[in-house]
Amino acid sequence: MFAYIVRRLLYAPLILIGVNLLTFALFFVVNTPDDMARMQLGAKRVTPEAIERWKVERGYDKPLLFDGAAEGTQKLTHTIFFEKSLRMFVFDFGRADDGRDIANELKTRMGPSLAIALPTFVLGLFVTVCFALLLVFFRASYLDFWGVVMCVAMMSISGLFYIIGGQWLVSKVWHLVPISGYGAGLDAGRFLVLPVVIGVIAGIGGSARWYRTIFLEEAGRDYVRTARAKGLSELQALFRHVLKNAMIPILTGVVVVIPSLFMGSLIYESFFGIPGLGSYTIDAINSQDFPVVRAMVFIGSLLYIVGLILTDLSYTLVDPRVRLE
Amino acid sequence: MMGFQPVVLWTDLLLFGLLGCIVLAAWSARRSEPMRAAWGRVGASGVGMTSLTLLLIFVLVGLVDSLHYRERLEPAGAEAAEARKAQLSTEVRSALDALAEPLRTRVEKTYSAPLAWQLFSKQTVEGKDGTQHREFPRLKYGGAGLQYPEQDLAGDVTGRIAIGLAAAAGGWLVLAGVVVALVARSRRVPFGAGWRAVWRGKGGLAWRAMLLTLAGVLLLVGPITALATEYHVFGTDKVGQDVLFLTLKSIRTALVIGTLTTLVTLPLAVALGIVAGYLGGWVDDVIQYVYTVLNSIPGVLLIAAAVLMMQVVIDTHPEWFETAAERADARLLALCLILGMTSWTGLCRLLRGETLKLRELEYVQAARAFGVSTTRILARHVLPNLMHLVLIALVMDFSGLVLAEAVLSYVGIGVDPNTISFGTMINAARMELAREPMVWWSLVAAFIFMFVLVLAANLFADVVRDAFDPRAS
Repeated sequence: MFAYIVRRLLYAPLILIGVNLLTFALFFVVNTPDDMARMQLGAKRVTPEAIERWKVERGYDKPLLFDGAAEGTQKLTHTIFFEKSLRMFVFDFGRADDGRDIANELKTRMGPSLAIALPTFVLGLFVTVCFALLLVFFRASYLDFWGVVMCVAMMSISGLFYIIGGQWLVSKVWHLVPISGYGAGLDAGRFLVLPVVIGVIAGIGGSARWYRTIFLEEAGRDYVRTARAKGLSELQALFRHVLKNAMIPILTGVVVVIPSLFMGSLIYESFFGIPGLGSYTIDAINSQDFPVVRAMVFIGSLLYIVGLILTDLSYTLVDPRVRLE
Repeated sequence: MMGFQPVVLWTDLLLFGLLGCIVLAAWSARRSEPMRAAWGRVGASGVGMTSLTLLLIFVLVGLVDSLHYRERLEPAGAEAAEARKAQLSTEVRSALDALAEPLRTRVEKTYSAPLAWQLFSKQTVEGKDGTQHREFPRLKYGGAGLQYPEQDLAGDVTGRIAIGLAAAAGGWLVLAGVVVALVARSRRVPFGAGWRAVWRGKGGLAWRAMLLTLAGVLLLVGPITALATEYHVFGTDKVGQDVLFLTLKSIRTALVIGTLTTLVTLPLAVALGIVAGYLGGWVDDVIQYVYTVLNSIPGVLLIAAAVLMMQVVIDTHPEWFETAAERADARLLALCLILGMTSWTGLCRLLRGETLKLRELEYVQAARAFGVSTTRILARHVLPNLMHLVLIALVMDFSGLVLAEAVLSYVGIGVDPNTISFGTMINAARMELAREPMVWWSLVAAFIFMFVLVLAANLFADVVRDAFDPRAS
């Protein structure tokens, strides 16, 4: 097991290098820095000097991969690839186009992101698992049937509808909570209630249906029948036996997203005006702030890889039969 | 007489190509017994045929909207003779535009509510005596035929609805008659017995579900058409365009994104998945590495990065595109490509896993022992046994892609802002929610159409999965 984890940890940088090469190719090879400069400065009347100045200011005036003019190791380090892509491995993201330090921005914005993503995740998981177990408890009845119908209908509704509809109903018609915004400390709570609740509701349809299939499969197993035969009530059988054994397939989908919670949610943060990483990314995309997008891609994949390793580890925790080799 | 020249956009070509492939696939599937049985199960399912009917209606609208052309401009006056050959309008239209000509051309000044006869906002109007005052001006087209709209509106609307309903009922009766006659003929029974067979679901297909769905659709379409000739049934948007027309146009965009993306996903996922699973070794390692890398980048960000880059390419090469429609089309196609490039990994992993299992089965091993070449084994023995998974994944992906388009357009990395789509509609309408009173109609219309499309796709996907997946109960 130890050897396995070491191997996975060694595999991680390899993946990150792949991600890096891909983003590098996307951002610097598909379009040369000249193209970007021309677009940022306004496409039409732009002098070559202005482009040159723009590139020097941002450090894009170096060769892409290999600098033949430089000395020694500088042949490799005095390049855009080294300066802009490899530096990210030590969390040096450079500056955004507006001149602010990206790493600093990440640190301050992580909190609000987590404040909305974590409760949504925990509450969502709890609600959907309970709902799915309820459907399984009433399986093959009208309640189950209409529950599934409701799930399919709910997953067919656009996520944007939940947000817009929720904002309209709760904030505009009922005036319960502010429509969007964010406050410091505990004051943030009143801004967070609505996005969290909407996030949970929007997620019910798809995941509850999926969990229901997993639970149903598990509930038909012999050991569950034995448990019932021993005299356990249906609820006990479901919660003590089915839930535990259904954990493995659920974990695959769930654990991997936990680290990514730091990234927040693009849509929710921008709709509810929460100054997290999600809205930061959206602003960057809209203003075509490429350094920020590159940094977010890097962070996102890093967190995903951490999630993959955590998933593997969690398997061994919930299921002793699983051996990592 | 105005001439026109057909224009084939890339997405049109691919859409019709895809349609041809589906027809061919259906033709060849007829000969395979298990395929016939599985499709038979789909055909006998009421939910399946209901959703399929709805989907086909959407597809029909989308295909009509994919027949593009450019009008030949009539040169005026004396130069007519020499300029005869060439002036083409820069505007690319589709057959749907031509069919819905009144909807497209009757543009109001700005917002108006559904079935309204007045604008939604007050404007300064000059009276007959030269004084200026603010009021809700009458619409140029909506309810223009009414002399005293305050009193006549309700009566006129009811009348039109009644006419629409009557026409729909008549149309449905004719349709049902044809269907029953066909069923009766194929079963060699009299008409009455044919009707009973259809009603009791014994016609082989779930005819009753289809007829009921058609009845529902016709009962909506009839009155809406009858009203649309005089009113803006779903109101108008900010620049006065008819919302009903916009929603109809959005259908094509949704279909293009939902289907053409799979053209990219499919070859990549199938080829790489099968090869990785069957060959194993370093090939497997490389393919796994590639999809782990792609997977590890958060989807929206990867799409955003690729779309931003594509935008730069399109912006720096305006000479590639003759008309605005072609540029928007290129962007739509590129979006499909990008979505495809980022979404093949899931199916690839699934197919790799299944191939790993198939590889160990006796018949594959027997084929190998007989010295059948690898490509032949993959094509003849492995691929056909994976097709059900591919089909299920395709149908399941469709609804996700339609929903994704709206979100991506909101983030600003979706279709071209000039392309009419559910996403751009929602995005435009979202700004107006803060208005008092609220402009809700274009939002609601977009959401309802999207909901029906996605719901039908989801239900159909479920039925297909149940029919094709042998493990499903």
